[in-house]
Amino acid sequence: MLAMNYRGPFRVRADRNRPEPEILHPRDAIVRVTRSCICGSDLHLYHGLVPDTRVGMTFGHEFTGIVEEIGSDIHNLKVGDHVMVPFNIACGSCPFCQQELYGNCHESNPEATAVGGIFGYSHTAGGYDGGQAEYVRVPYADIGPTIIPPGMDIEDAVMLTDVTPTGYQAAEMGGIQKGDTVVVFGAGPIGIMAARCSWLFGAGRVIIIDHLDYRLEFAKKYAQCEAYNFKSMNDPVLFIKKATDYFGADVCIDAVGCEAEGSSLQTITGRKLLLQAGSATALFWAINSVKKGGIVSIVGVYGPTWNLVPIGNVLNKGITIRANQASVKRLLPKLIDHVMAGRLDPKGLITHRIPLEEVPDAYHMFSTKLDNCIKPVLIPPLAA
Amino acid sequence: MKTITNTTTDKKAINKNQHINGWGIDANPKNNPTYPMKHYTGADHQRLNYTRPKQQEQHMEILHSNERPGLTSVFGTSVPPQGLSGMLRRYAFKFSEGSSAHWLTLILADRVNAVEGIIDDVKHGYVPNFFVERGWRAEWKYNRQKTVKKLIIGTAVTSAVIAILIYRNKNKKLQAS
Repeated sequence: MLAMNYRGPFRVRADRNRPEPEILHPRDAIVRVTRSCICGSDLHLYHGLVPDTRVGMTFGHEFTGIVEEIGSDIHNLKVGDHVMVPFNIACGSCPFCQQELYGNCHESNPEATAVGGIFGYSHTAGGYDGGQAEYVRVPYADIGPTIIPPGMDIEDAVMLTDVTPTGYQAAEMGGIQKGDTVVVFGAGPIGIMAARCSWLFGAGRVIIIDHLDYRLEFAKKYAQCEAYNFKSMNDPVLFIKKATDYFGADVCIDAVGCEAEGSSLQTITGRKLLLQAGSATALFWAINSVKKGGIVSIVGVYGPTWNLVPIGNVLNKGITIRANQASVKRLLPKLIDHVMAGRLDPKGLITHRIPLEEVPDAYHMFSTKLDNCIKPVLIPPLAA
Repeated sequence: MKTITNTTTDKKAINKNQHINGWGIDANPKNNPTYPMKHYTGADHQRLNYTRPKQQEQHMEILHSNERPGLTSVFGTSVPPQGLSGMLRRYAFKFSEGSSAHWLTLILADRVNAVEGIIDDVKHGYVPNFFVERGWRAEWKYNRQKTVKKLIIGTAVTSAVIAILIYRNKNKKLQAS
């Protein structure tokens, strides 16, 4: 079959000779992919920043597909169902899944206890091949996959497998109260969605910060928020303080993670020398920009080692930090309702639709922000 | 969501500590910053005493964190550890996830693995097309002017370096003769 094949940092291949996946567990399903996104966090893999990313792996944790085959213990799906597949691989029975922490499943990732299994996200997240392929094996198919409701656009559905729930949970973890000022660091797809979702919680003011003008313009229209380029200000923290009567934002959201721009020290130590788990510039700014007693919500992805952040300020300001991988299954019913009611428009974030055969171009384009790329979707030949 | 109360672990903990003056008097279920992400049921107190899913059969080498007792019920079978990078990965998994030796060895293994990938391609008679694999077709399509500029500068710098080296070499030979 045709699938993306990782060959090393900044090198991927559209490989037509990949073996088709097989049922390996009674609760598996095989899904024929209809749409698959490249996520901003896939770029951390592509750039070689996530440990135990092995040559020969297929990435892709945001996908929809048609059920082709089911294991003997699957009774809630049938062949032919068109499903959206959450990026978390979750058993549904461990103490974490029982409490709806589906992103923290204890029975899906042998390689690391700190993160649950994720499709196509290195062996640090379980060693599963992902959905940037024609077919994919879906473990615990009785828990994660959700049938796409009649009338829902397939592109909305694929955006419900990660981007929308992650953006929504970023706002949810912020504990936003009516009238709050929310600052979102990062105008990528997740940051833009977090800004959009902040209104659903009653934010009084939403500000998004980035360094790419085309993304800020997009965010301003899509999320109806204020958008500022940190390159045009000397000190983003001071800017936020002045913008909030020297008080600080009520809620700050880090939607950037380990490849943040804006600080030479963080960039050199985090991205060039790998002396820390990526550059923590956005988190640094978030902690320093939030008010005393405020909340910092983290959905940006960092590596598993360590980062330079002002933890002393977290203590002295009494900041609450909330973070997690999105629990997609928990959020899907609510988000499906928001999409069907027209309150959210996830597919509006998609800027590029690219054949799976051109996956190397898609990665390069997204990585280097060519052609004002915000969110690329891959279309396998069988689904074109 | 079913709330699990009075598990054996709970009862043990409660009975053990009830003699402490004031034990549990300020307990407040609302004092839980994980809400609404976590629907607390008390299941945490069960630890690993839950009904585990059936175990996936293991047909290849799967490394597992030493912070857990064994494999998870399901696991990915993408690429087993092999070659020099595999040796490094096996070594890395002797250390816990809290150890820098674990992660830095894995990063080293990844870099070695990238070279192994090229060797493996050539061994199988496949010459990797770096131009295509690095997505430079997109660069050419969307960023042609800058690409041409980079190529010209790159060629000029390389040519200058080669010219200087040749010039120095010639000078050395002349001085020697």
